[in-house]
Amino acid sequence: MKKKKHTDSGERLYQFFIYFVLIMLTITILVPVAWVFLASVKQNSEFYGNPWTMPKGIYWQNFVDAWNTAKMGDYMLNSVFVTAMALVLLLVVALPAAYCLARFKFRGSKFLNMLFMAGLFINVNYIVVPIFLMLRDGDVWLKKVFGGGFLLNNLVVLAIVYASTALPFTIYLLSGYFQTLAHDYEEAAYIDGAGYNTTMWKIIFPMAKPSIITVILFNFLSFWNEYIISMTLMSSAKGAKTLPVGLLNLMQAQQSAAQYGIMYAGLVIVMLPTLILYICVQNKLTQGMAAGGLKG
Amino acid sequence: MKSSKRRNGFLVACIAPAVILFFVFMILPTLNVFRMSLYEKGAYSQTETFVGMKNFQVLINDSNFIRSMQNMILLIVTVTIVTFALALIFAAILTREKIKGQNFFRIVFYIPNILSIVVIAGIFSAIYKPENGMLNSIIGLFRDMTNPILWKGESLVMVSLIMAMVWQAIGYYMVMYMASMSSVPESLYESSNLDGAGRLTQFFQITIPLIWTNIRTTLTFFIISTINMAFLFVKAMTSGGPNGASEVTLSYMYSQKDAGLYGYSMAIGVVIFLFSFALSAMVNKVTDREPLEF
Repeated sequence: MKKKKHTDSGERLYQFFIYFVLIMLTITILVPVAWVFLASVKQNSEFYGNPWTMPKGIYWQNFVDAWNTAKMGDYMLNSVFVTAMALVLLLVVALPAAYCLARFKFRGSKFLNMLFMAGLFINVNYIVVPIFLMLRDGDVWLKKVFGGGFLLNNLVVLAIVYASTALPFTIYLLSGYFQTLAHDYEEAAYIDGAGYNTTMWKIIFPMAKPSIITVILFNFLSFWNEYIISMTLMSSAKGAKTLPVGLLNLMQAQQSAAQYGIMYAGLVIVMLPTLILYICVQNKLTQGMAAGGLKG
Repeated sequence: MKSSKRRNGFLVACIAPAVILFFVFMILPTLNVFRMSLYEKGAYSQTETFVGMKNFQVLINDSNFIRSMQNMILLIVTVTIVTFALALIFAAILTREKIKGQNFFRIVFYIPNILSIVVIAGIFSAIYKPENGMLNSIIGLFRDMTNPILWKGESLVMVSLIMAMVWQAIGYYMVMYMASMSSVPESLYESSNLDGAGRLTQFFQITIPLIWTNIRTTLTFFIISTINMAFLFVKAMTSGGPNGASEVTLSYMYSQKDAGLYGYSMAIGVVIFLFSFALSAMVNKVTDREPLEF
């Protein structure tokens, strides 16, 4: 019979090695993020020497400049508006659809389920150009007929596009949950005289709360962080912008103007809300992922 | 009869909004990608002229396009292999070994996944900066830095992109595999311990085969999302530069749209669609195994 355990010193070496690797990975993740936080309170002159020095003092002016001069404050409002509106719209549209597709058999239900599944394989960024052209052509037509277009550079339209393109993943995740419920819930409700609508809103949706929270978390992160669609549909130089696009512009401007402090303050402004949210809900997020499976 | 009418009304009211939005903003644009690839359409003219396969004929002789395909394939292959190998190993360590602070590591490793790619691009520009960058200042401890390493220079830019993409993706997949690995019954490891199997044998003979279904689905999704992620990283970190050295197919498509060549841009879009379908079908076929039960 072979030895059951490795030798003690070999075991200790292995343990040491594991901790060493884990800590190295932790450092490569935490140090750059922490570095940006420290850099955001440094003065511009502090960026020309050793990058590992601590800030000489806390220079809040970076945040004031980023918020006002670089308009990150306005962009923050835009991002909050677009994200919130897209989330509300997505839930209002996706919840009933997912419920019906998962629990009712009707003509075409199989086809519709397959269609939304196929949508999981269409990446939004593959189709951003035709979406842009469609809205642009719509604007041209509106201008001809009504004298003014409103489809491009419109935060509401952006939110609608976000919500629509998130539908396949959201419906996939929610239907997965609805399919696991027993049919007894509805039957009991129907016997008590509840209609389809009441049953759905009062009985089923409250039960789906954990899945709904997962959906909100994932989509919040993807809407808040998205920048390609936003950049394409909100391309007017003077028009409204979302935070990531504003940050991208700030980073590009920084290459010529070298205002490092403001740029890092902008980075902090963009990532702070997601980090705070993450710290509050990190358990739900990682558990929800285990339950929901995949991100599209 | 009345109740069936009511049921149908309810179903239509619930499903129609989703179908309409999905059709207008996903199906229609997808069909348009394929349709417009056969047309010549410019930014400043309202007219479209049908040109058949001409856009594709130009495409196969476009050296910038060929390079962007090569870069994309390079990123897909290397990022996938490195991310999956590391994510599986770390997940196995964190679930199998009794690690102190397991939860802490899990929380930290997931952080890159919640950051916007723009933020990550900003963080990595601080890491890769030639003068006073984080990476060069550390390497400078070991070697002379009179000629700083240009991480975003033509020769290294792809390596820099790969490192950033792995950094971003690893935690997400690790957390996912931890979830599926923790459902592998402990008794299997105990009995293989009795048979004298080491950690490596257990990893390859028990852990990997038992979560193979999970690996397989995530692999397909990862490859598809890497096509997209490569675009997001390139656009935010390098804009395809220097001199197109880091251009990937999607970013090339986007730059052709910016240049106003809509038909041509959509021909690239068609190639990307077909490429991603073919690739996921291939991965699906290659990774097909008998599913194991536990």
